[in-house]
Amino acid sequence: MSKQITVSGLDAYYGSHKAIEDVSMTIEPRSVTAFIGPSGCGKSTFLRTLNRMHEVIPGARVEGKVLLDGVDLYGSGVEPVSVRRSIGMVFQRPNPFPTMSIYENVAAGLRLNRRMPRSQTDEVVEESLRGANLWNEVKDRLNKPGAGLSGGQQQRLCIARAIAVKPQVLLMDEPCSALDPISTLAIEDLITKLKQEYTIVIVTHNMQQAARISDRTAFFNLAAQGQPGKVIEMDVTTRMFTSPSEKATEDYITGRFG
Amino acid sequence: MTAPTSTRAGGPAASRSAPGRTRGEGAFRYLATGAGILVLVIMAAIAVFLVVEAVPALRANEGDFLTEVIWDPNGSHTFGIAALAFGTVLSSLLALVMAVPVAVGVALFISHYAPRRLAAALGYVIDLLAAVPSVVYGLWGIVFLVPFITGPEGFLNEYFGWIPLFAGESVAGRSMFTASVILAVMILPIIAAISREVFLQVPKSHEEAALALGATRWEMIRMAVLPFGRPGVISAAMLGLGRAMGETIAVALILPATFGISFQILTAQGNSIAANIANGFGEATPIGRGALIASGLVLFAITMVMNMAARLVVARRKEYSGAGA
Repeated sequence: MSKQITVSGLDAYYGSHKAIEDVSMTIEPRSVTAFIGPSGCGKSTFLRTLNRMHEVIPGARVEGKVLLDGVDLYGSGVEPVSVRRSIGMVFQRPNPFPTMSIYENVAAGLRLNRRMPRSQTDEVVEESLRGANLWNEVKDRLNKPGAGLSGGQQQRLCIARAIAVKPQVLLMDEPCSALDPISTLAIEDLITKLKQEYTIVIVTHNMQQAARISDRTAFFNLAAQGQPGKVIEMDVTTRMFTSPSEKATEDYITGRFG
Repeated sequence: MTAPTSTRAGGPAASRSAPGRTRGEGAFRYLATGAGILVLVIMAAIAVFLVVEAVPALRANEGDFLTEVIWDPNGSHTFGIAALAFGTVLSSLLALVMAVPVAVGVALFISHYAPRRLAAALGYVIDLLAAVPSVVYGLWGIVFLVPFITGPEGFLNEYFGWIPLFAGESVAGRSMFTASVILAVMILPIIAAISREVFLQVPKSHEEAALALGATRWEMIRMAVLPFGRPGVISAAMLGLGRAMGETIAVALILPATFGISFQILTAQGNSIAANIANGFGEATPIGRGALIASGLVLFAITMVMNMAARLVVARRKEYSGAGA
């Protein structure tokens, strides 16, 4: 179910602008890896290169290698569509499909390219909603619109939608930044639970959050405005937050800049 | 950045020049209310005028206005709307059936498939097409389409003649089918232009949600773009339908102005309310004019019913419209 990601020498561009430069790292399976760093340093851009969502933006391109258990996601003959099926994504703002019910939202990914009997779909939908800690709250209104839920519930609905297709990896782009503290706590509990099964990568602006839920942390920064972002340091989270080896990391974590 | 602006709009400034602001507010409110009332008054005046003109003719009618298929108000004072209304609705609905799929395809191509430059150029051409006067389409129809279309019509008649719509002894260029094709070409630009705007409004986050699930571009369109754009496309289709039903010159040039109710759209028959008014108004007696005005009222009523039906369809799924997201 869960796979290792190895990135080597990755650059990402928006047109002629280089947004991130020479990123190399290993992301371990069944663990939570957090990306922290100031705004505009390329964390989200890097996250989007991991499931080939970066190239959806006109003019955007990627150079370098991303290996998922040894298979290069950017190799010739690899379809972006199949990459995105095995690497799910949750976005900053909850984005359930407004025209679909709660049930249809979770089943949306299942209905792509697959014929599944209704009973089996029911099963997967329930399993996914349970997996996202949302089942008890919505089981009596599965046919109501997904947009009618609260922000936190919508985000868990999006997580349910992402795990319904049984991905190898789950990418989360600041999943709690639009949520209140209680909803944030619910999502954090969920992430801790999900890491038993999935490789999880999360971008966050909240350093306490990174410290609470992640096993390893990468710190991104850029030399100056307009320069490409780079990985300054990556290590086990506890070590990153107690004794970072780079001065810049320490400055950022202790709030001296950023 | 936003804080100073909001203070200026709501805080001290509001109390500082309160009397002047209130006067401006009041003037604007009367202006807006007046404009709204003016529209209603004009509408009512037109309706009253039409009814007053139509009633004497309807009184003098020897036949049943709603069911009679003869139109002879000048001579025998016998006339009915049935054949005309039938022709109007049938030709417009056929035009809609032909135009909507193509228009949605064109709109999707421009909004989601074409490279940016081509999309801009195409969008411009579509807007231009929408501005071509209908008499030009009518002339194109009578000069080019009428002689040309008997070929395709013959094909439909020979191989699909078992479908009642395509049945008939012989095909003709001046048929309901030709009129529908012309109407479809006429309403296509407006439907395509509005649909394109609606498709461009689909939030990026919904499209990305679909792509991140592993949807292909077409699957993304089916999952996020089409459902979101559905109410807009329906509204666009209704605008097109309204234009098709009210279209006069192009249809008057093409249809042979017969009276009768027949689904055989390939044969030489057909008429519409608007075309009949254009053809008959010149030599109409006072009763004849009243009769034509009455037919205009019926056209007005049909358009209204169609629009209300469309609004019902849109409103039924309002909670899923995505307006809240």
